[in-house]
Amino acid sequence: MKRLLSLHAFLVYAFLYLPILVIVALSFNEGRRGVRFTGFTLDWYRALFQDPRVLEYFLNTLIVAFTSTLVSTVLGTLLALGLVRYRFFGKGFLRYLLYIPVVVPDVVLGISLLLLFALARELLGFPRLSLLTVILGHITFQVAFVTLVVRSRLLLLDPALEEAARDLGARGFQTFLHVTLPLAWPGVAAGALLALTLSLDDFVVTFFTAGPGATTLPLYIYSSVKLGVSPKVHALSTLIVGLSAFLLALGYALSRRRV
Amino acid sequence: MNEAATPWQRFFRILVTVGPGGLWLFLFVLLPTLLVLLASFMTRGPFGELGGPLGFHNYLRLLEAPYLQAFAQSLWVGVLATLLSALMGYPLAFYIARHPRRDLLLLLLLIPFFTNFLIRVYAWLVLLQKEGLVNAFLQAFGLGPYAFYPSFLAVVLATVYTFLPFFVLPVYASVERIDWQLLEAAYDLGARPHRAFLHAILPQTYPGLFAGSVLVFIPAMGTFVVADLLGAGRVVLIGNLIQQQFGITRDWAFGAALSVFLMAFVFLALYLYARLQKERGLEDLL
Repeated sequence: MKRLLSLHAFLVYAFLYLPILVIVALSFNEGRRGVRFTGFTLDWYRALFQDPRVLEYFLNTLIVAFTSTLVSTVLGTLLALGLVRYRFFGKGFLRYLLYIPVVVPDVVLGISLLLLFALARELLGFPRLSLLTVILGHITFQVAFVTLVVRSRLLLLDPALEEAARDLGARGFQTFLHVTLPLAWPGVAAGALLALTLSLDDFVVTFFTAGPGATTLPLYIYSSVKLGVSPKVHALSTLIVGLSAFLLALGYALSRRRV
Repeated sequence: MNEAATPWQRFFRILVTVGPGGLWLFLFVLLPTLLVLLASFMTRGPFGELGGPLGFHNYLRLLEAPYLQAFAQSLWVGVLATLLSALMGYPLAFYIARHPRRDLLLLLLLIPFFTNFLIRVYAWLVLLQKEGLVNAFLQAFGLGPYAFYPSFLAVVLATVYTFLPFFVLPVYASVERIDWQLLEAAYDLGARPHRAFLHAILPQTYPGLFAGSVLVFIPAMGTFVVADLLGAGRVVLIGNLIQQQFGITRDWAFGAALSVFLMAFVFLALYLYARLQKERGLEDLL
């Protein structure tokens, strides 16, 4: 039974890694077509780095990811704090609203934002579909995730610590800055990291909210798959796989150190 | 807790914390959702613009054969992907939970998952295409080549591949909380292994099993990218229909009706899940 379970686990891990390893192998393959390995080359990486468009798409991806993560982390952290600390009119409704971007399929989220931007353009004359609309779209689903992550951290905190700060004469903002925020910090960091990952990975919402000149790397990969892949995409994918593995391993190492 | 705070201070604090995020959700979640609902009752104009008359005609169109077929196909992809995820993920969760290096195994599970979604889907295209690795392997045994791509099978496989961790993680959380003494008790009472598992272990993993199923089923039936890239027009799911209405066809009103329908279906699935889980509800899922 135990051996059967090990074999099963081995096969599932093979299922998970085989497709990725094939892409990595192909990125070093001389041949343009098929999976027969004809010889080792770094040409596709060279071609990738020499393509000025890829650099532009990469920068776009970073601009979107960092701007949206920054805004959504601030908004989400404050919202989580308000939801945990205060009672107010419409709180239950707000919590339902928070779940919508999490559970609704991203196609629906994408088209609903597209409709919103179209209506706004009709009535107000802006915004045109651009990097700005992509950022607005990303913040929308990120806020929900950040709020949920930070809220679950805040719920673990002992309210007595804040009371103690107040008893010692700290004002509201001082308490927030010196007591609440440092205690909630792991939750805020985890929320921000999740938001960043979601933004870097997002294709669907970007697809519906991006206009001309707002191409990100996922959009580029999609269109090259649709139009017939150049092996440059294999090289790009390998770099992305390597980077995400590195970041995850780093997070893993850091989390082990803290314990 | 805020004995010292005056009502005005309280109001100010709520305004500062909840205000910006609440306003954002109102503008970019509530308003667009209501717009989709409104658009679903409108009519496509001659240039693809939205206009009158208002009515239920878009919803009646959902009952036409090609759309019912797309709906059936989406359901089928969702069900198959969930079953296959259970087949692969359920035993795996036990293996990981009882392994001395489970941290590492979880990390290995997550690395492909954190790789860009499109790359993961594209990798299956490479594997399954006519001159791909699977066919090369089969040909070594004198079989094939088969047209695995584009096909329904390719769509289901890549869907499972994409969402498998969504299934494994909640089951893993359940397995970690299992009270193994119940298993010993079952054995002491003379139960055979499969009965002992069925009555002492399986029920303890129901929360994870249900959560995993919902987390795979909903995105599996809602996505359009997998079917778009690996079905290449042969597999048309609701998501693909929605994308077409907002792309080439430019019938936003009908696309909105399809979206409302898909949303309603998702909420129904979540409602059933919440009923099954009783007191735990949605909070546990997310």
